[in-house]
Amino acid sequence: MSQATKVLFVQMKAFVAKEFHHVFRDRKSLLLLFGLPIAQILLFGFALSNEIKNTKIGVFNQASDSESLRLIERVEASQYFEVSEILKNAQEMEDIFRAGKAKLILIIPPGFGQDLVHADSPGADLQIIADGSDPNSAYTVTSYLQNIILDFQKGLNPAEIQQRDYGLVTELRMLYNPQLKGAPNFVPGVMSLVLLLICVMMTSISIVREKELGTMEILLVSPFEPLLVILSKAIPYLILSLINLTLILILSVFLLEMPIHGNLLLLFAVSTVYIITCLSLGLLISTVTQSQQAAMLISLMGMMLPTMLFTGFMFPIENMPLPLQIISHLVPARYYYIIVKAIMIKGLGIAAIWKETLVLAGMAMLLLLISWRNFKIRLE
Amino acid sequence: MTSDITIKTLRLSKAYGHFKAVDQISFEVYAGEIFGFLGANGAGKTTAMRMLCGLLEPSSGEASVAGFDVYRRPEAIKKRIGYMSQKFSLYEDLTILENIRFFGGIYGLTYAQIREKGKLLTAELGLEAQAHSLVGSLPLGWKQKLAFSVAVLHDPKIVFLDEPTGGVDPITRRQFWDLIYAAAARGVTIFVTTHYMDEAEYCDRVSIMVDGRMVAMNSPEQLKLQYKAGSMEEVFYQLARKAQRSD
Amino acid sequence: MGHSAKGILCEGLSKSFHRGAVTAVESINLKIDQGELFGLIGPDGAGKTTLMRLLTTLLKADRGNATVDGLDITEDYKMIRQTVGYMPGRFSLYQDLTVAENLNFFATLFNTTVSSNIDLIHDIYVQIEPFSDRRAGQLSGGMKQKLALCCALIHKPTVLFLDEPTTGVDVVSRKEFWGMLAGLRTLGITILVSTPYMDEAMRCDRIALIQAGEIMQVNTPQGIIESYPLTLYAVKAEDTFRLLQDSKAYHNTRSCFAFGSYLHLTFRGEDPNLVREYMEYLYRKGHDSLTINKIAPTIEDCFMYLMNSKPMTSTRL
Repeated sequence: MSQATKVLFVQMKAFVAKEFHHVFRDRKSLLLLFGLPIAQILLFGFALSNEIKNTKIGVFNQASDSESLRLIERVEASQYFEVSEILKNAQEMEDIFRAGKAKLILIIPPGFGQDLVHADSPGADLQIIADGSDPNSAYTVTSYLQNIILDFQKGLNPAEIQQRDYGLVTELRMLYNPQLKGAPNFVPGVMSLVLLLICVMMTSISIVREKELGTMEILLVSPFEPLLVILSKAIPYLILSLINLTLILILSVFLLEMPIHGNLLLLFAVSTVYIITCLSLGLLISTVTQSQQAAMLISLMGMMLPTMLFTGFMFPIENMPLPLQIISHLVPARYYYIIVKAIMIKGLGIAAIWKETLVLAGMAMLLLLISWRNFKIRLE
Repeated sequence: MTSDITIKTLRLSKAYGHFKAVDQISFEVYAGEIFGFLGANGAGKTTAMRMLCGLLEPSSGEASVAGFDVYRRPEAIKKRIGYMSQKFSLYEDLTILENIRFFGGIYGLTYAQIREKGKLLTAELGLEAQAHSLVGSLPLGWKQKLAFSVAVLHDPKIVFLDEPTGGVDPITRRQFWDLIYAAAARGVTIFVTTHYMDEAEYCDRVSIMVDGRMVAMNSPEQLKLQYKAGSMEEVFYQLARKAQRSD
Repeated sequence: MGHSAKGILCEGLSKSFHRGAVTAVESINLKIDQGELFGLIGPDGAGKTTLMRLLTTLLKADRGNATVDGLDITEDYKMIRQTVGYMPGRFSLYQDLTVAENLNFFATLFNTTVSSNIDLIHDIYVQIEPFSDRRAGQLSGGMKQKLALCCALIHKPTVLFLDEPTTGVDVVSRKEFWGMLAGLRTLGITILVSTPYMDEAMRCDRIALIQAGEIMQVNTPQGIIESYPLTLYAVKAEDTFRLLQDSKAYHNTRSCFAFGSYLHLTFRGEDPNLVREYMEYLYRKGHDSLTINKIAPTIEDCFMYLMNSKPMTSTRL
């Protein structure tokens, strides 16, 4: 290590230590930092677990063979569902939904058992019809039912299904809202929101605070490179964000029993890219604002609202008018949300998410470049 | 002096836990008097001033301002006092007339009164031409003179001035004191803090606070005699250097 | 660069804000020698802070140029930032860090350590050392000031810029602070200090009186007092306020200002009879216990004289 880099390293270490002091001595920012993700996860988790217990389900069993009865038994055995209606014909479906007697109807085709085990059949087609008037809960209960069906499939005699990967194909159809596709899955949503909030707001505020206090003047009139001021500000929040990410994941895995199907290392690596993108956004805000209030307002109004609107985690993007859909492509959280869902829920690898990761990395580079250009080495 | 007493305190105290911010101060201020309220940083001036303005309830002791008890009638006090500080004076993004209208309004002046007073005030300060310009565009000295005039707009019995002339140029500073003298001559009691010791000499009486207690109170002449000092600065220095605490 | 001279040199330095709508400083010419304790004296809004910020490379001049220890404020700004110490007008340390943490942080920032520079700050440091574990925000005004000065001195700067270090500070702390500056002066550090308090001017080697963005006069405090061209009288009477009003109304009064319990007064012209006529006028107005003495002006008298004499006297050296 050359002398100059050594000096740089020592200086940055001192700066990062100072930033940690600021964070840990300010109860308000600590609360924001760690209280927010916990509160959000608990809030969403609580709301969700209330919703999906003992959902009423109707069954239209056209097969009535031993496999179909085993499947229905399996559904009833789970704590999430309660078989309330047995349908005799397809016409009853409409009345059951209208009367609110069931949220879901599972349709088992004739010859279900046969199709399931025979290698030459195209597969057993199960149909789930959901009451889409409440799309969020419809999506949730449907995915739970899908999981139960997948479990059921895995429990079959392995030899029977060895021939093909998906002996069981569920087909999902949303009644009343057939276009509904990207429905919320809150953990990835909370992750993108919380990380964004912490990175953008805390970074921008902590830089602008130095301007307000006048300490920025002293920092500028020192041999410390202005660019390093920015960098040293980003490091603590990167670390804190990763801690936060871990916290969210632990809570969602152990409290909400939401497993991580994909590679954990990959998840952290890609999250780091997203965090850097958010930090750059915070830095950019800090270069154009002079007061903590302004930084806070821009972070909240300019970042939080678009993130909630355009990530697809609360409102399906596909249903938005075209201009809004185009705008949604500018929101980093949108890509991160896709990535997290792919890794956590679908268990996919880098091959499936490299495009989104590249977009995030590109955004980070661009934002960093602009904030670097924008950063004033003087007070004007 | 046999004139009316406008401020009267008896063993007035404010404690925060064991810390006695203001420790049993007793004094009287008379109508039309210019009362200098001096003290080192952290001596308890601001706390005492807030209690007198009805903004802070005392821990113990008695105080009445403009004839009203600070415990029971703080709202009545607020109607009869004016307040001006170095930090907050007027809204910079409003014009002179808009500021006058606003402050006149919150003190319950009628529209006709506000219009008349506004005219009088701008004429007195020679600001007629600037009546419609933003306060933010005025030089500091003018802002402070204007702020004082606005603070006495509603003919208060007492006006509290918290370091009104900090950083103001020497000529404007003296013009500011001309305004103070004129208000005192009309019978307004002036209660003023300052860091400029020459201004202490302009006061009828001066009190000096050290560590929450009032260690001296008299006319500048008497104080100088008592402490065998040539100026109020020396008097202040002799007393305040013994201070145990600051800020 | 061109200049190898130490100290500070300004030539025609100008700066305006809001696209030229507000002139902050105009054609500042100044030469401050190495090791000098130089005072920039003027009220708020005179341009003191702008000049400080120009010289500490925090602002870019519109016109003119300046050097600090021979380094150009625009081209060599990075080198200037390595060598100067700066204490901004507001208390600009981290309130949530302790005294020791603040000191160590700034020492590291300047690539040095507290212990290697302790000799320079020792006299000041011993006063704040007992509070080294206390958060800076909980220090008293005077202590904060000492800490800020220590932090500005931690890297042994050759030039020290102090922007209004005594504003809002009581007389006792102010005296103490000027005592510390006198100590630093003996170490050969060039110090530029600004203040709105005219009485502090006497503690400087030389001063510049600045008003409305222009420097009115540069000289030693004594030199400024000696260049006061008028005869100044201190007048005293029982009722100061009435004395002031009557004196202002007197036809031969040139200027008349309250100074503590006295009135500082100058006449139109230097006729020795003026004093007698004035006193007779005051007696006729019913003033008692009148005294009048010829006095030497204070810096404040000089400042007010310069403010009132238009067109302004030359700002050249």
